[in-house]
Amino acid sequence: MIPSSFDYVAPDSIEDALSALAAAGDGGKILAGGQSLVPVLRLRLAAPGMLVDLRKIAELTGVWQDGGDVVIGAMTTHHDVVNDPIVAEHLSLLAKTAATVADPQVRHRGTLGGALVHADPAGDLGAVAVALGAVFEIAGPGGRRSVDAADFFVDYFTTSVAENELLVAIRFPSFAGWGAHYEKFTRVAQSWSIVSVAAAIKVTGGVVSQARVGLTNMGPVPIRAAAVEAALVGGPATAEAITAAAASAADGTSPVADTSAGADYRQHLARVLTARAVLAAVG
Amino acid sequence: MTATLDAPSGSSANEVGKERRRKEDAHLITGRTRWTDNIVLPGMLHLALLRSPYAHANITSISAAAAADFPGVIGAWTGADFPEQGGLPCAWPITADMKSPVRLPVAVERVNCAGEVVAVVAARSKAEAIDALEAIEVEYEPLAVVLDMEAALAEGSPLVHPELGTNQNAVWVFDAAAAGTGGDVVAALAAAESDPDQVVVERVFRQQRLIPAFMEPRSTVVDPTSEQITMWSATQIPHVLRVLIALSQGIPEHKLRVIAPDVGGGFGGKLQTTPEEIITLMVARKLGKPVKYTETRSESLMSAHHGRDQIQRLKISARRDGTITGFDVDLLADMGAYLGTVGPGVPILGAFMFNAIYKIPAYRFTCTNVFTNKTLTDAYRGAGRPEATFGVERIMDELAVELGMEPMELRKKNWITHEEFPFTTVCGLTYDSGNYEAATAKAMELFQYDELRAEQQRRRDSGDPVQLGIGISTFTEMCGLAPSRVLGSLSYAAGGWESASIRMLPTGGVEVITGSSAHGQGHETAWAQIVADQLGVPFESVEVIHGDTQSSPRGMDTYGSRSLVVGGVAVVNAAQKVVAKAKVIAAHLMEASEDDIEFAAGKFSVKGTDTSMAIGEIAWAAFAAHNLPDGVEANLDSEATFDPDNFSFPHGTHLCATEVDTETGKVKIRSYVCVDDIGVVVNPLIADGQIHGGLAQGIAQALYEEAQYSEDGQLTSGTFVDYLLPSAADLPSFTTGRTVTPSTTNPLGAKGVGEAGTIASTPAVVNSVIDAIRHLGVRDVEMPCSPQRVWRAIQTARTGDPGGGSGGGDQIPVAAAQTEGALSTGVPTGASE
Repeated sequence: MIPSSFDYVAPDSIEDALSALAAAGDGGKILAGGQSLVPVLRLRLAAPGMLVDLRKIAELTGVWQDGGDVVIGAMTTHHDVVNDPIVAEHLSLLAKTAATVADPQVRHRGTLGGALVHADPAGDLGAVAVALGAVFEIAGPGGRRSVDAADFFVDYFTTSVAENELLVAIRFPSFAGWGAHYEKFTRVAQSWSIVSVAAAIKVTGGVVSQARVGLTNMGPVPIRAAAVEAALVGGPATAEAITAAAASAADGTSPVADTSAGADYRQHLARVLTARAVLAAVG
Repeated sequence: MTATLDAPSGSSANEVGKERRRKEDAHLITGRTRWTDNIVLPGMLHLALLRSPYAHANITSISAAAAADFPGVIGAWTGADFPEQGGLPCAWPITADMKSPVRLPVAVERVNCAGEVVAVVAARSKAEAIDALEAIEVEYEPLAVVLDMEAALAEGSPLVHPELGTNQNAVWVFDAAAAGTGGDVVAALAAAESDPDQVVVERVFRQQRLIPAFMEPRSTVVDPTSEQITMWSATQIPHVLRVLIALSQGIPEHKLRVIAPDVGGGFGGKLQTTPEEIITLMVARKLGKPVKYTETRSESLMSAHHGRDQIQRLKISARRDGTITGFDVDLLADMGAYLGTVGPGVPILGAFMFNAIYKIPAYRFTCTNVFTNKTLTDAYRGAGRPEATFGVERIMDELAVELGMEPMELRKKNWITHEEFPFTTVCGLTYDSGNYEAATAKAMELFQYDELRAEQQRRRDSGDPVQLGIGISTFTEMCGLAPSRVLGSLSYAAGGWESASIRMLPTGGVEVITGSSAHGQGHETAWAQIVADQLGVPFESVEVIHGDTQSSPRGMDTYGSRSLVVGGVAVVNAAQKVVAKAKVIAAHLMEASEDDIEFAAGKFSVKGTDTSMAIGEIAWAAFAAHNLPDGVEANLDSEATFDPDNFSFPHGTHLCATEVDTETGKVKIRSYVCVDDIGVVVNPLIADGQIHGGLAQGIAQALYEEAQYSEDGQLTSGTFVDYLLPSAADLPSFTTGRTVTPSTTNPLGAKGVGEAGTIASTPAVVNSVIDAIRHLGVRDVEMPCSPQRVWRAIQTARTGDPGGGSGGGDQIPVAAAQTEGALSTGVPTGASE
């Protein structure tokens, strides 16, 4: 298909991008990697009057350390996230998860920030962001603000980034030395997650000392499985203990029923896959 | 009895048997391809089509006038603006009383499925044409929709075509007793029911609806600017298309030239006369300008014909020792809203294949074709034969369980042994050759069948959450469609011959013109190998020409694994005529008697002498024509039309091992072995490619693909996000082997390979999945065997509750769980981030 006609700008600064968005009013839309937006445009499911392309804004791309945190520019591609040495050392859960996104072509174009702001409930990276307690740095007409992951995801395809704002970077604490695994459950390799589980686990002397678990596609927004984390911490890193802790993975969730899975099946998967993710993370 | 060769045929001196890389590939993979959509003509206009959002509705008012005012728009029309449009043809009226609805390229009064075209815009660019669609005003009066075949046949059902008075398209019966080819199945089953030494097994299987997802979407360009109109189309059937357009649209055949340029796959999906082709033709004629239409993938998935979609009610009886005594097949086949070019005949092809490789004494096949408010169905890779093979191979496993027999032993008990060929089946077909024992023995060895059975037992004993299943499919198929007399007896409108001609060029090159219109199979390479051997010329000297009714004027095109065993034989026959013509001239030039001339390796020689002339020298002599025998014409060119006496019957044994994760329901193929007997192989590389691709498609039916509709008749699997195709990442490395039992009905000894992998693999995979979890109480999982379906089947078997009592969330009734399409799609879909 061919999209409806639209205007296009590619500013080279955040300020100019915000001005272009402001000028476009309701009809403005940010173009990041385009791997979700362009298909939507081609199917004419959306018809923005103005696309503001962020690709020329150098400061939106890259991975750097700031104090003990790792900061990743919103326009950093999945491919670059997967292959970055800082990410590998401090955020292995993010690296492992980003490596499962779609296919190599998509990972070379798609961006971390674009995927998170798109907020598809079946998208893989939101669960990592909530599990790891990421902080989202957002620029708008009134300046910069920071939003915790717990408050960032609002609803299906909706985040706290307003239409006149843009996501600049995502800040993560370091998880160096933690075990990590993303257990992705799909029907074919390139399809969306039916349910997936992100787990980062710190084991000290055979005991789980810290645990972070995030769930993909178990509701309109990515979910942090706090009950599982609480059940894991202080317990032995054994299959029995982990499986017992994972039994509460679906508590309080209300996942969607669609052609791939009923809600009860998703809840069952959440329990099974959480146990597998945590077991794999503790190695 | 037939011979099975130990080694592949073809010594190193022969081209046939060589693993030549395809000469087509260099231009295909370096972007020098001429797809229809790449064609640009001066002044060419572009079409966009407005399609019905309703599955069943009266069009109460429609106006395209406002669209005509949009920028770049040259014209906009509704159905009423095409008074010349004729109904699209169905070439296969399977019964004398078959109900045939009129299918107009552009609907006028009523739409009967979602996606039907209601208006057309022509503009200077594709973008402008699409933009103008939104200005077309249509008012619909929605009508009741019927999607389910059994509901459609029930009393009081809404009628897809009220003027036909029924949703029943036709009932077609083959009864072996009536045909005199076998016993009465009703009597056989009745006798079995009352005989304590026999068992009767009845099962209902569902063939889900599939979409032939060819790589290149369909596209048509029509140039009306010369006396003869030229149509380029992404079609499998340029020759058939020309005839059908002439018959249905009132354009004299000689005023139309059809070209299939590079065509990116078809799988039966381009064996069609499409509304879009006719619309492009009508607009081009109306405006006197070249016009192009290329569908989007969304349009392709929604409106290009679908495949399969059957409900199979099967009843088989056997003695306790495993000997089958009767087999009754009762099908419902969903035609969708209309009849395609060969649609009604597709399920009928299965009539002759449900008996498969087995000696079945009593047999009956009944097929009821049904109209529903869905996209029409028609040929899809295998066309009738995959459905039959699935049905018989699934029920053979069920029968084995009932009898307590090892499933392979049950098959051995009933199959035709190699000493028994030629064998006339209960359907009256004569299988010329085969060796099921040899293929099976080789497959079981490659598969390590006994070791896997032992591992399966260990996993069962230990209660491993991942269970191992072994699935068998010992299949045959009828290839080489088709003897014209047989097609006539089945009421098909045309014949099944194929044509070839050979032009011997004066400078030594050879042009081979074939009526088999290739769309990815590798004809250009394989035909060149055949001709190189026949004429003793280098492979590189042979050019193969196809796919244009002007340069290759006679043909029946490519489908039904027919190209090699019908079209290839025509090439052989044409080559032999060239040799015969050249021999006369050679004898004259070498001043010898024709009886003393021998031809071998491209040379005519005089017996007992060292005098010889190469065939190229004879070609030059014929061209120069200075010294030809009296009455001999000045060329060696020859043509042949070959009509087969019989089908060919490739067969093989396919074995699939799956690991089923009982905690999630996910199926992983652990190993897949197939040993196919496709007769003499012209090019092993191409044959393996056909097998690999075919396996992927057959496995995809078993595990992944399903066209799903919402209750109001919308295709919900309308993008590749929801219509799941496997990639290499989802499939195992296949182990392929071969036995070679040459066909005795054609001079190549070939049998056909294009559909084998697809036909054989689906039941092997599903049998394997069931085998893995049968001990848990599962006896069937509907296709595709998605993780959810497998998991629910296990839960139901364990607890009688498809939710498994796992608590929370929706408790989905069994019926809904088995047909996932009943569930709603709650999440908007898009491509991956």
